[in-house]
Amino acid sequence: MDIMQPTFRINPEPGKPAGLRPWVPYPSDELCCEPVTHIRAKNLSIAYQDHQALRNVTLEINRGCITALVGPSGCGKTSFLMSLNRLTDLIPGCQVSGNLHMNELDILAPTTDLLQLRRAVGMIFQKPTVFPFSIRKNLELPLREHGTHHRTVLHSAMENVLQQVGLWHEVKDRLDHPAQALSGGQQQRLCLARALVLSPDLLLLDEPCSALDPLSSGIVEDLIVSLRGHVTIMIVTHNLAQARRIADHIAFFWSFEGSGTLVEYGPAQAIFENPIHELTGAYISGTRG
Amino acid sequence: MISFSSNTLSRSRGDFLLLGSVRLLALTAGGLLFLVVAFLFHESWPALQNIGLSRFFSDPDWYPTENSYQLTSMVWGSLLATTGAVLFASPFGILSALFCHFYAPPLLARWYRRMVELLAGIPSVVFGFWGLMVLVPIIGRWHPPGPSLISGILILTLMIMPTIMLVSHASLAHVPIALIHTSSALGFSRWSMIWHVILPTTRMGLFTGILLGLARALGETMAVLMVCGNVVQTPSHLFDPVRTLTANIALEMAYALGDHRAALFMSGLFLMGVVALVVSTAEALRHRNTYVSAK
Amino acid sequence: MVTIPFIWIMGDLLWNGWDQLSFSFVFSAPQNAGREGGIGPILISTLLIVGVCMGTAVPMGLGTALFLSEYTRHDHVLGRLIRGSLDVLAGVPSIVFGLFGNALFCQILGLGFSILSGGLTLACMVLPILIRTVEESFHAISQEQRLSAAALGLSKTTTIRRILLPAALPGLLVGIILGLGRAVAETAALIFTSGYVARMPESLMDSGRSLAVHIYDLAMNVAGGNPHAYATALVLVGLVFIINVSSSWIASRWTSCNRLSA
Repeated sequence: MDIMQPTFRINPEPGKPAGLRPWVPYPSDELCCEPVTHIRAKNLSIAYQDHQALRNVTLEINRGCITALVGPSGCGKTSFLMSLNRLTDLIPGCQVSGNLHMNELDILAPTTDLLQLRRAVGMIFQKPTVFPFSIRKNLELPLREHGTHHRTVLHSAMENVLQQVGLWHEVKDRLDHPAQALSGGQQQRLCLARALVLSPDLLLLDEPCSALDPLSSGIVEDLIVSLRGHVTIMIVTHNLAQARRIADHIAFFWSFEGSGTLVEYGPAQAIFENPIHELTGAYISGTRG
Repeated sequence: MISFSSNTLSRSRGDFLLLGSVRLLALTAGGLLFLVVAFLFHESWPALQNIGLSRFFSDPDWYPTENSYQLTSMVWGSLLATTGAVLFASPFGILSALFCHFYAPPLLARWYRRMVELLAGIPSVVFGFWGLMVLVPIIGRWHPPGPSLISGILILTLMIMPTIMLVSHASLAHVPIALIHTSSALGFSRWSMIWHVILPTTRMGLFTGILLGLARALGETMAVLMVCGNVVQTPSHLFDPVRTLTANIALEMAYALGDHRAALFMSGLFLMGVVALVVSTAEALRHRNTYVSAK
Repeated sequence: MVTIPFIWIMGDLLWNGWDQLSFSFVFSAPQNAGREGGIGPILISTLLIVGVCMGTAVPMGLGTALFLSEYTRHDHVLGRLIRGSLDVLAGVPSIVFGLFGNALFCQILGLGFSILSGGLTLACMVLPILIRTVEESFHAISQEQRLSAAALGLSKTTTIRRILLPAALPGLLVGIILGLGRAVAETAALIFTSGYVARMPESLMDSGRSLAVHIYDLAMNVAGGNPHAYATALVLVGLVFIINVSSSWIASRWTSCNRLSA
């Protein structure tokens, strides 16, 4: 159980294994974001071999907020996401410099325990990436890997997250069927469940809806909204309407001479109604990008 | 490509254990070539020292028991048999690949391909046996003695044709479909499309197939051993029996000792050098080919 | 054009070999240098040789393929070196492997003419094909699977064991079967490594004659051995065909499954 509760989490609930935190729907009229800084990036730059992908990003993200990263393709949004759980380590020739903290944890420090970091930071990709085995095993594998082996715990954790993503009634009779047989939208929800089963502090979503049909896209979007307040969410999206619907904060990226940077960051309403930077305004009104 | 090796921070001991063992295995496998060359060299060293390289070509004949080690006639045997087989097999192999890809109806093409794959899988000793039982008597009736350079060439042709055909077929399948549509849209006939568009673009792939076939023919032992007659002589025409380098090794290795044995290893080393050259040329061509088509 | 010799060879083998073929032929011992009797011990020797070969080659091939595809970058110097040397190794004539095996296993390691040295020699020979096939099947696994496994905090070992290996299993099987086909068909590499003795092998250190060597011996060295050579050839070709067909069956099932899931 010790493994399940990494030292750097702010509000661990001792004694509760992953996936078993009580699920209380967040009242929608309350203020969403606790004014507590969760992620702090300072002068973050990312380079691939000789190409500078992202330059000098500085921003602070509050706990429990939904932050949408918007901007044209190729301006380093995905790279930024991947630096948060150090997936950038897996890309040959990728260099990350600057400061990146999650609470007190220095994400970029060489001594950071990557497996624990990645346990606490969930990530969803553009295409659903279910593993080629059963639904049950998809959810149990990460739990077992992080030290939960008890059958009943595994099962209730699985039921819990599947309820949470609204899949339980659709799949409860075929938990042992291959996950690949699910529809695209169901697969993406399963991926979300798989990330949530580890009770992450931070959820990174890389265009989670862009490969889905409008109906499933709507379901996933509602799900993301329902997580507000419980998990810090950073979502890359090209769908401005979606960003407007769900985001508390917007980070607007633009690429200058091939390398991306953060142009403007602030509360969603302010960015959409009263952008400071002219590029932001142009992008939002659809004249650029 | 993802490399996990930069992830040196994982505390999991299993990871390190796995990385270590996997690295060891890979190094062993990679070192195998070196090991093979080293051993061949080590075993043929006495020959190089006692006999010397030049005598392999200047000695009057191959009489290892009488200290006479001339390899020239066997080198000729190998070269002629291989060249002949490549000359016969290349057009047939490429034509049947073209037939299979452009002319045959899909069902026939599939069965044809399946059959060629099976043909490629027939053990060489079976080819040799068939040649011995069927081909050699036919040739013998036509032009005695029967076991000869020509029967070797024919058997090798049969053996390398599937290789050439399969590699050519694979490279034909890589021709972008847009290219075919474009040339059809220009109103090319099928043959002129193949001649002017397909063949030039797949040139390298076809050549790779021929080189791989060449390597197989050069290294083939059992089939030529069984049909070529194995007389040590430089053939003066197609119906003379010959002995190839590979057959020589197979025949004499069982009783060879001392310098004789070293001489056989020496010819093995030589064979390996030639084949390695051919194969690496083929691989280089293939890589260049995929590089160009990837662009 | 290719059809005629193919049918000719197969027809000839069937025509001359079918009469000889019987249950007792396959399982009884050869007598009178193989002119009479059967091929029982030879079949056993063949299986043992191939078993030794695959038992060595499969773990090595799997490990090397893992290293090449999961632990090195595609353009890494070491990986390129290993790949290049394996490419050359794949083209080395089998007779040269025979020489090498004779020098290393039979003489220097003192294993003599034995099933063990024959099998190890064949292992060296099939290793390149095996590695190539397995590596390709690892490459065929989409990158997202690896990324999402890493994003879940799965360790490298778990990722390989639980996700990559199961996904690459069909490719591994195809590789094994291809190697098996080559090993069963091989003659030249075995003559001076596993030897000629047609007795029933008592241990791995015994000399044992493989099917292919048996055909060669009957055809070349035993007068009047042809009928049995035909029958043995039929058995061997039958084995090779079964092996080939099953490999292409696995490969085609695999691709159709992949298409379904995509």
